Amino acid sequence: MKVTFKIWRQENAKSNGGFQSYEVDGLTDDMSFLEALDHLNEILVGQNQKTIAYEYDCREGICGQCGVFINGRAHGPLDNITTCQLHMRSFTDGQTIVVEPWRAKAFPVIKDLVVDRSALDNIMEQGGYISAKTGTAPEANAILVGKDVADKAMDAAACIGCGACVASCKNASAALFTAAKINHMNSLPQGKQEAHRRVLEMSRQMELEGFGSCTFTGACEVECPEGISITNIAEMNARRAMAKWHNL
Amino acid sequence: MVLYAKIPNGPLENKWRNYQITSQLINPANKKKLNVIVVGSGLAGAGAAATLAELGYDVKCFCYQDSARRAHSVAAQGGINAAKNYQHDGDSVWRMFYDTLKGGDFRSREANVYRLAELSAPLIDHYVQQGVPFAREYGGVLVNRSFGGVHVQRTFYARGQTGQQLLLAAYSQLYKMKRAKKVQMFPRHEMLDLVVIEGKAKGIVVRDLTTGELKRFAADAVVLATGGYSRVFRLSTLAIGCNGSAIWKAHKRGAFFAAPSFTQIHPTALPQTSEAQSKLTLMSESLRNDGRIWVPKKKDDDRNANAIPEEERDYYLERRYPSFGNLAPRDIASRAAKERIDAGYGVGRLKNAVYLDFKHAIERFGIEIIKDRYGNLFKMYKKITGVDAYEEPMQISPAAHFSMGGLWVDYELMTTIPGLYAIGECNFSDHGANRLGANSLLQASIDGYFVLPNTINNYLANALKEDHPTTEHPEFEKVEKEVAAQINKLLFIKGDKTVDHFHRELGKVMWQECTMSRNKEGLEKAISQIQKIKDAFWKEVNVTGGHHEMNTELEKALRLADFIELGLLMCTDALEREESCGAHFREEHQTSDGEALRHDEKYSYVSAWEYHNGNFKLHKETLEFANVQPTVRSYK
Repeated sequence: MKVTFKIWRQENAKSNGGFQSYEVDGLTDDMSFLEALDHLNEILVGQNQKTIAYEYDCREGICGQCGVFINGRAHGPLDNITTCQLHMRSFTDGQTIVVEPWRAKAFPVIKDLVVDRSALDNIMEQGGYISAKTGTAPEANAILVGKDVADKAMDAAACIGCGACVASCKNASAALFTAAKINHMNSLPQGKQEAHRRVLEMSRQMELEGFGSCTFTGACEVECPEGISITNIAEMNARRAMAKWHNL
Repeated sequence: MVLYAKIPNGPLENKWRNYQITSQLINPANKKKLNVIVVGSGLAGAGAAATLAELGYDVKCFCYQDSARRAHSVAAQGGINAAKNYQHDGDSVWRMFYDTLKGGDFRSREANVYRLAELSAPLIDHYVQQGVPFAREYGGVLVNRSFGGVHVQRTFYARGQTGQQLLLAAYSQLYKMKRAKKVQMFPRHEMLDLVVIEGKAKGIVVRDLTTGELKRFAADAVVLATGGYSRVFRLSTLAIGCNGSAIWKAHKRGAFFAAPSFTQIHPTALPQTSEAQSKLTLMSESLRNDGRIWVPKKKDDDRNANAIPEEERDYYLERRYPSFGNLAPRDIASRAAKERIDAGYGVGRLKNAVYLDFKHAIERFGIEIIKDRYGNLFKMYKKITGVDAYEEPMQISPAAHFSMGGLWVDYELMTTIPGLYAIGECNFSDHGANRLGANSLLQASIDGYFVLPNTINNYLANALKEDHPTTEHPEFEKVEKEVAAQINKLLFIKGDKTVDHFHRELGKVMWQECTMSRNKEGLEKAISQIQKIKDAFWKEVNVTGGHHEMNTELEKALRLADFIELGLLMCTDALEREESCGAHFREEHQTSDGEALRHDEKYSYVSAWEYHNGNFKLHKETLEFANVQPTVRSYK
């Protein structure tokens, strides 16, 4: 299998970037997309050129570190997967594949396809936790959580923090990411004590980081590798209204 | 040197309490004057960093990923064990202790393993309080399932994403303490060496992976929580960035390395399909609760799995181990799979797999129950292979997974370098020669949250009386220069082969000779082959790009340079141990029906290796079993 990669190259955060094309032969259907890029990088080393920088770690769709725009879609042509779960069988022989970094003001490019997503950590820092010191916990079954409540919390908690929701959104909104964490914690009894504070502080930080507002286009949930539903955003907004009312 | 494990006095069940009663304490006002470096942000690292910060220490935490939330604990699927006995099925701390000790084939310390079991129940309380959405019954109580090597249900889980949920809880606590300005986070920073001053660990040298700048950090104590090293095999279930460099550098600075060759080969990963493959994805062991493992009875049977009738299927685990069946421990299940594959009964395109079949479970429970239990694993399987496992069996294969070996630590989790601690997978302590499923998240968490924060005081209480180390010390200068020299050396080789080329070579040798089945001749051959790979690497590798920029090629090269040396030690260790135990199966030492044959009278010790100018010197910590009698480990 042979394809042409058209890849965004950018030396560092300060320099201007641009696309470069690479014809790559010797690929197979069952190679993952990232393995195809690995293959290209080995060719580049053979030509004494600098390799292309892109991110990955677990390569099984859970760490959230990989993520690039492929032919105009976050994580490539399939719905609800990570870049590392994409295989070359999703492309055709001779196809041109355009690869870009996440595009969002809050995610500045560091190099080539690598962006800085620490804005997401900053949102988490503003209350994406339950304040409980090690050693203070009551007996686990003393806190009862109904199966439907636990399942719903788990649906939201499944977020891997890859940033595809932000990258797919025309407003570069982090609403789905933020909502998922808020709803996970606020729906559980353990998270209730700080529920109002959490929703207000995390959503304020989301705005401070330079993410856009949500206009409910639904683009995010299509690309979310965990299929986290956009209804989470509506739920977060309702929680925020409640919290504001509560704090009046 | 005599290895002193500092096991506390008293009966087994009182040892940890006795330790805590006699250990030194530090008053809160003094704790804030003490600095601790934590390298790694997985369950062990994040748990330790957050808890030490809560106690009042000044903490710096480092990870190579772009965020602490990526650490590879995130990928553990199946669950975490705890002796809660919620299922009323006869579980207890003692039984969990015994299962773990036996699972490890009696090559771990009684006192450590007992403490692990003892602290497991409060750990579940802790995680529930932190908001981990564990699976629940309709009535709201916690659910359990079984894992390999045990007869009780003591595994807690959050779908097939237990590691992710525990890690996110630990990460959230870490960021809580960052917000409180008690933790400073350094993501995209990789530790490249340890600084030892007057025999004590006093800091690290790291490379900022964004800019390439080398930086020095001094501290009163250094904690390594850097995970496992099975990427030495290249193809493994580990994240691509997982590496052994931090512990290897510590080893070269004086920390003993224990049981390096004890590597767990996981029985249920996806098989390798091509040379270009970078990773073997794990399918959780929990699948063996309901899935049945089989191969065709006929060699080279090319029929589709569903076309092979029941009577022509060999459920070889159920046949060989009727008592434990498909839930035999990992080492046994992997070796049994290898035996069938090597004998020519393997399935799949490369004939390197066995079937894991849910047909009977679906018939018995209905598809909805199976979806509820394993839905995301089936989804993942389909994403990767394109096959629907509700319709036909999964194809699975053994893959390099967990490192039971690691830096030697005493009961306090301190290495042989005073002030240097190793926690989680990067130490050797609790799993002996084989780890039971769902004990890995457990050990990482217990080390990080409960043990280290209680034992580090004992050292730091004395550090209070000493001067705080500074990065101006000549030793920091010296170590940084050595690191820079190694980087420059790699960049100037300008050979004609890639880093990955050498990693594939190393992986092949290690996989062939130092995994499920080992022998003297093979290991000796491996040592000479790895020596050749090492020589060739330092002459022929090409690392493009520069030092002062983000350079992923350079990162890979630095890690591989250490993996090559680690590979030599692993083979040396496997060669020295003339017995079979757990995951270490020496072909020369087996029973007439092919099971592992231990030699307790000669090998009931922990091998702890000292680095000395490129050679390895063996020290032995004798294992004493005062509470249980090591038995032949039978799962039949």
